[in-house]
Amino acid sequence: MPIDLHYFGDVREGLGRDGERIDPPSHVLTIADLVGWLADRGDSYAQVFAEPRRIRAAVDLEHAGLADSFFGAREVALFSETRAL
Amino acid sequence: MIDIRIQLADFDPGGLTARLEALHRPAVATFTAIAAVPEAREFRIDHYPAMAKKELAAIGEEACARWPLAAVIVVHRHGLLKPGARIAFVGVAAEDADAAQEACAHVTGQIRARAPFWRRVIPGSARAEGLRGGPADARPPAAPVPELG
Repeated sequence: MPIDLHYFGDVREGLGRDGERIDPPSHVLTIADLVGWLADRGDSYAQVFAEPRRIRAAVDLEHAGLADSFFGAREVALFSETRAL
Repeated sequence: MIDIRIQLADFDPGGLTARLEALHRPAVATFTAIAAVPEAREFRIDHYPAMAKKELAAIGEEACARWPLAAVIVVHRHGLLKPGARIAFVGVAAEDADAAQEACAHVTGQIRARAPFWRRVIPGSARAEGLRGGPADARPPAAPVPELG
């Protein structure tokens, strides 16, 4: 099922886009799977997602870890460490 | 009362503090974050609008559940900012001084840890490293101000 993917922070800067609609294959279940799948696209994706542990995520507006599933989500955000205040 | 604002415009810390004082509770504590980065000409604060509003509201609700608070006000700016600009305001009105000071520090810390905002130096204006949040980047929480009279 397609989901809306949003990019923020260094992820947005590195990819040069603020988001896209994706339809990942069925074996892509977790945030870690998603980051790996995106990295396999190569070029800027490979660079931005080269170190998954530096990637932060949110699933339907809730913070999520690499091991968390995004099954059934309407939107997922991938971003660098936040810098509020 | 929890008042959350995410806005482009500057804000008036004095006016926001006066709103808290007008509640006539024993203590008010406030925190104002300033972009103290003299080598930068300007930078941009980006945010994830839907999540930022939700996260700031959740942080305010958590503080109200933990301390006896009459009000929490959080203002966080986004968009282009120059060095010296006000970035954010946190203020609480509470039933005692300890609660006010602890709640204000807690809300500030949680915003720093969880709120989805990002700073980006405008190309050619400065070093990105200088814009990380830290002690030199914001004023510490002000001491609670007891109600007069």
